[in-house]
Parts: sequence; C-alpha cells; structure tokens
Amino acid sequence: MSATERPAQDLLSGAEIVLRALKDQGVDVIFGYPGGAVLPIYDALFQQNAIRHILVRHEQAAVHAAEGYARSTGKVGVVLVTSGPGATNAVTGLVDALMDSIPVVCLTGQVPTHLIGNDAFQEADTTGITRPATKHNYLIKNVDDVGRIVHEAFYVARAGRPGPVVIDLPKDVLINKGSYRGRPEDGHRSYRPTTEPDAASIRRAVEMLKAAKRPVVYAGGGVINAGPEASRLLTEFVHLTGFPCTNTLMGLGAFPASDRQFLGMLGMHGTYEANLAMHGCDVMLNIGARFDDRVTGRLSAFSPGSLKIHADIDPSSINKNVRVDCPIVGDAEKILRALIAAWKADETKPDTGAIAAWWKQIEGWRARDCLRFRQATSADAIIKPQYAIQRLYELSLETRKDTFITTEVGQHQMWAAQYWKFERPNRWMTSGGLGTMGYGLPAAMGVQIAYPDALVIDIAGEASILMNIQEMSTLAQYRLPVKVFILNNEYMGMVRQWQELLHGGRYSESYSAALPDFVKLAESFHGVGLRATKVGELDDVIREMLTVDRPVIADICVDQKENCFPMIPSGAAHNEMLLGPEDEAPKGASKPGVTEEGMVLV
Amino acid sequence: MTETTTRQAVMAVLVENEAGVLARVIGLFSGRGYNIDSLTVAPVDETKHLSRITIVTSGTPMVIEQIKAQLDRLVPIHTVSDLTLEGPHIAREMALIKVAGTGERRVEALRIADAFRARVVDATTESFIFEMTGSTDKLDAFINLMRPLGLVEVSRTGVAAIARGPKGI
Repeated sequence: MSATERPAQDLLSGAEIVLRALKDQGVDVIFGYPGGAVLPIYDALFQQNAIRHILVRHEQAAVHAAEGYARSTGKVGVVLVTSGPGATNAVTGLVDALMDSIPVVCLTGQVPTHLIGNDAFQEADTTGITRPATKHNYLIKNVDDVGRIVHEAFYVARAGRPGPVVIDLPKDVLINKGSYRGRPEDGHRSYRPTTEPDAASIRRAVEMLKAAKRPVVYAGGGVINAGPEASRLLTEFVHLTGFPCTNTLMGLGAFPASDRQFLGMLGMHGTYEANLAMHGCDVMLNIGARFDDRVTGRLSAFSPGSLKIHADIDPSSINKNVRVDCPIVGDAEKILRALIAAWKADETKPDTGAIAAWWKQIEGWRARDCLRFRQATSADAIIKPQYAIQRLYELSLETRKDTFITTEVGQHQMWAAQYWKFERPNRWMTSGGLGTMGYGLPAAMGVQIAYPDALVIDIAGEASILMNIQEMSTLAQYRLPVKVFILNNEYMGMVRQWQELLHGGRYSESYSAALPDFVKLAESFHGVGLRATKVGELDDVIREMLTVDRPVIADICVDQKENCFPMIPSGAAHNEMLLGPEDEAPKGASKPGVTEEGMVLV
Repeated sequence: MTETTTRQAVMAVLVENEAGVLARVIGLFSGRGYNIDSLTVAPVDETKHLSRITIVTSGTPMVIEQIKAQLDRLVPIHTVSDLTLEGPHIAREMALIKVAGTGERRVEALRIADAFRARVVDATTESFIFEMTGSTDKLDAFINLMRPLGLVEVSRTGVAAIARGPKGI
C-alpha cells in the first residue's frame, strides 16, 4: 500500500519513523551533533523521551563514543550527524569501527533529494565517501523505505562480522509523511553470513589438536564480539585441553589474565613467551583473530612448521595473509561449543607428556620476565610509565568497582595492554586496526554513558589526548566522571621510539612542544586536574583521582626516555625480539632484526 | 607466499540491481589492488531485481580466493562463482570494429572478416564496421589483423560468461 492510500493519522514524518525504528531496535542513547539537514530528527527527538541524545563536541567523537558504548555493552552504537562536514568528520570513526569490527549505525543528514548533485550548501557525496569506510551504506530516497532500511541497517551492523553502517537521509525524506510497519524479522535477501560451523571441520580441528605436541590457542576480538558466553567457553576449552593461550590486542579479556595458562598478549609488543610459543608451536588454533601484521611479523618467518586452524566468522579473513590447514567459518561461541563437545566425544588421548615438556619450555621463556622494569624507589625518583600503570591497576582494584579501560594510541596504549590484567571481556576499548589517536576520551565517554556507576579510565598520552580534548566539555555537560590518566613524556613516544630504532635518533617533529597545563585545562573544563612528577606523589594522585566523582585529568609526568619493550621490529620474526634497551642499537647504527625491507613497513 | 604464479579467473556475480552496487565492486578491486581485465554488467532478472556482473581478473591462487571471499561478503551480493574453477564454461565478448581504407586493403579486410565470421553492420565506400562475437583471443587476433588494414577504432563489450551444462549458479 502506498502512503497516499493510507489514512492521514497513520502517517509519520521520515524523522519520526527513524526514531520509532530506533526505539523498536532497543536503542536508548544516541551520540550526535545537530545541523541544518538533520533538524527534523532533532525536532522529533525533542518531542519524545525514549531515546537520550548525547551532544558531543565533534562528530568523530560521536562515532568513537558509540564504539565505546558498543564494545562495552555488545549492543549497536548509534550516531546522528548532519550532512557535509558532519558526515566527513565522522569518517575516521567509521573506518575505526570497520577495522575493529564494531557494530555502529550512523545516521547522516543529506541535502534534499532534488538538490543532490548540485553542490548545495553542506552537500557531500556521503555514500560515495563512506563506501570503503563502512560495511554497508544506504541513501534513502523515499520516506516509505525509511523504516525498512533502518531495521536492515541494524541487522547488517550486527550480523556476521560486525561493522559500521551509514544511512544517508535527505532532508525532504525526513519531512515527508510515510508509513511505518514495525520491526520485521531479522534476515536479508542476499546477506546471510554463516554462523554454524561445519561439523567435519570441527572434527578435523579436534583431531589436529589431540595430536599436538606443542599447541597454542591464539584468540582475538572475534571472541569478544561473539558475546561474553564465547569468552566463558574459550576459558572452558583452554582448561579442558590444558593448552597455553595468548590474546591479541583486541582479544584482551577474552581469557582471564590471571590464569596460569595465559601467556599474555602476542605480537609486536607482546610477551616473549607468547611470541616464542607462536613461533615454536606445532598446532595453532586461531579463534577470532585475523593474522594481522602486528601479530605475524615477517610473514615468511611466521610460525614456521605449525599446522594452523583458523576459526573466523569472515571467510575473507581466512587464507588472506597466512595459509591455513583447517579453516572453520562460523560464530566463535558456536565454534567453541562445538570444539568442546567434539573434544569430549573424541576418545584419542592427548600427548600429555609432550604437552608437559612444552609447558616446561614455555615456563623457561616466562622466567625471562620480559615485562620487568626498574623503578627507583626513592620518593624523588622519576616515574616509569610502566610503574604508573601498574599502580593504577593495583589501586583501582581497591575500589572494587567494575573497571573499564580505554586508550589513545601509542606507547601508553601498549603499556596499558601489557600491564593491565583483564579478567573479563568488554572491559578494554582500544583502537587496534586503524590506530586512531583521539579514540580513548570519546570512547570512555560512551562507556560511562552505558555504565554510569563504573570506573572508566582513559589511559592516554599527552599528544593523543589533544586530538579530541574538546570532549572534556561533553563530560562536564553530562557529569560523566571519566578519568583521563595521561602518561606525559612530552613526546609522541611511539614515533620517537621508531625514530630511535630506524632513523638514527633524528627526532623529527616528535617533540610535544608548547603543551597546555593539563591541570588548568581540566579545571577550565569544570573537571579536576592533578599532577604527579615523582614517585612519591603517584599513589596519592591516583587515589584522589579514583575517589573524585567528577571528570579528572591526571597529568603523570613520566620518564621521557622510556621505550616500549618487548618489541619485534617491523619485518622481523617472532624469535627476533628486542627485549629491552640493551638490545637497542647505538644511535645511527643499523642493528640485527632491522632490515631494509622492515624499514618500509609501518 | 610460495604460490606466485598467476592465473586468470572468470567470476560470475549475481547482485541486487540497486544504486551503487557496481561502485562497491569496482571500489573493492581498486581499494585492495586487484586487477580487472574485463567487467560487464546488466540486469538479468526483472522480477527478482538481479543483475549479473562478469569479471575477468588475474592473480595468484591465494589472491583469486581472496577476491571471491571479498566479493561474497558485500551486502548486496547474492552469489559469486569462479567459473574457471567450477568446470568448463563459455566466455564470449562482442566487438564493433571500424576499418577505413580503399582498394586492396579494403578487399583484404573484407576477406579476413569473412574468414573470422565477422558481420558487416555498416559500410561506406571507404569504411566498414564489423560486428564480431567470440572469445577474447579470437577478437584480439582479428583486431591485430585489421591494424595494418586501416583500423580506426574498436568498441568491445567485455566478457560475458556462463557455465556449461544444465545447472545454474
């Protein structure tokens, strides 16, 4: 039935249909910024109470906030921005969500349909620009399609490997009256990803795992995305098998960090034991990870001689970088459930003797204690960044609050990943794939909206935090007690570390000159500013930060020279790790592990 | 990567007939650095709103497998079939070839066209337009022969392909 045949009282404006559909999807909060093209939606928002709108200060932050919300809750994050600059500002957030597989629906305003293509005011080809930045996008040209497409967008954002979806809404479509038919059954004509694993692949995987002498489980963000039950099943499976388990950056929290079988994070700044276990294993079970270049190092030297099982919901992740021997396509929870059942059903005894010997070797690697650092203990001593995070972790445990960590991007991010012990999924929000500086503060905002009573900390660097510092104003407006913990070394630390390693110590443009006074900055944004410059001040500052029920910036002035170790230089293999500064080359000299080929890699 | 020998693949792709779907496919190829040797698209089913894209591409076996998987996960794509892997198939393209000349060259062009079973679809006293359907190789061969005989321009459709036998994709 077309809209014109319907009685007038059944008709809603496009904007009202958008909000009805969001409500029917269970949306209770959206992050956005108004503008001319989306005024009809803002007007409809004003006249309802079901959906709360959080006004950000920059559209990029709206998407990161929605990502933080989505990652911490498992729900779809929702963004509302205007046409033109509103949409283009959102692009970084969209690509971030795409790379890290975060379900986000982003509504963008558009100029009215009759002006599209005319270079109208605040017009941008949003669907064109966001096509490679999203999992899928839509331009709605008819008000009667609004309801159906909004629901479809949520299905696409959530189904299979999650990702961001853009719906471009021309202003006339938002104003015109049309009909709304409610939430349809989930499903799609052409997009129906496989979630149920193939039984034969599961049997084959279990056969390989039972025969393993040096196995390792390598779990990634896919386990987190599959829901908390998948993390529980991962733990059950790892305990059942007695195998060692390592997590990717995105997978931290999928397996409890305090567990004896946990090897820590792997990859470029992963632990010695995790990387050597990957290098030396004979059977690898990758579940929900994608053999990212930060994890594999030099591909030709990646885990040579191992049989590889790769379980992933996205068939295009399989055999993309690394040839695998046993692919399993499906949802991580379903795969783990099937693996556990098949492991129990298979009567083959695992080679416990060989696995015990393997553990002995791993314990030897672990005994290197690759994350140790030397912190001088006198009260006047300079603070090591690792120590700052360690104390933050220990003191936060004393609060007994549910704690969520977000980060920006750089050295502080890697230290947070190394020194924070994540026991549960959905407590760790970081920009892994895209590596977006400025992610952490808005993401923390989104988490705090979802969990008003939780402790939410953005572990930041002084350079990254300035990329979305304007969101301090959002924190003030909504009284969000987010804690910003800045490891201030006055350098873009990771850039400087690479310049040290690869460019003869020429610190081109990596010094953070003319920094603001972060204490005053916090105060001017109606928050609390704290500073620690020496070890003796650190605990008090952290304690005060954790006690205050307001937004806080803690400016922790740390050792400027500290670098992030262990490290696998780009283009090197897992067994060519640098364990500390003593492994580093003198300035200007080339060094083992750093090759010409590695130099061109990022 | 050990498998470095490249091969050509012909992919048949059934897609929703909707705005932007071709841009998604082309963007995927350019964004990920895949080759497009030929691409054709046209609606094939009005009632189901389906179009069919035929893509000829080349790459290592790992890249071809990747291309198929990447295409398959685009939301408006129904099915992707690598015809080169799934048994024998027919691949054809059509070309319009304009050749200008007089005298012996003109006669020679016509004679070769006849041998290749190209049809004359337009003629003036100093030119012909030939229409020719066949495999890419056959078209290439004919066009090369026309070059010294006054080839003016060529318009080619790109490859349309379908699997042999009773089954559809």
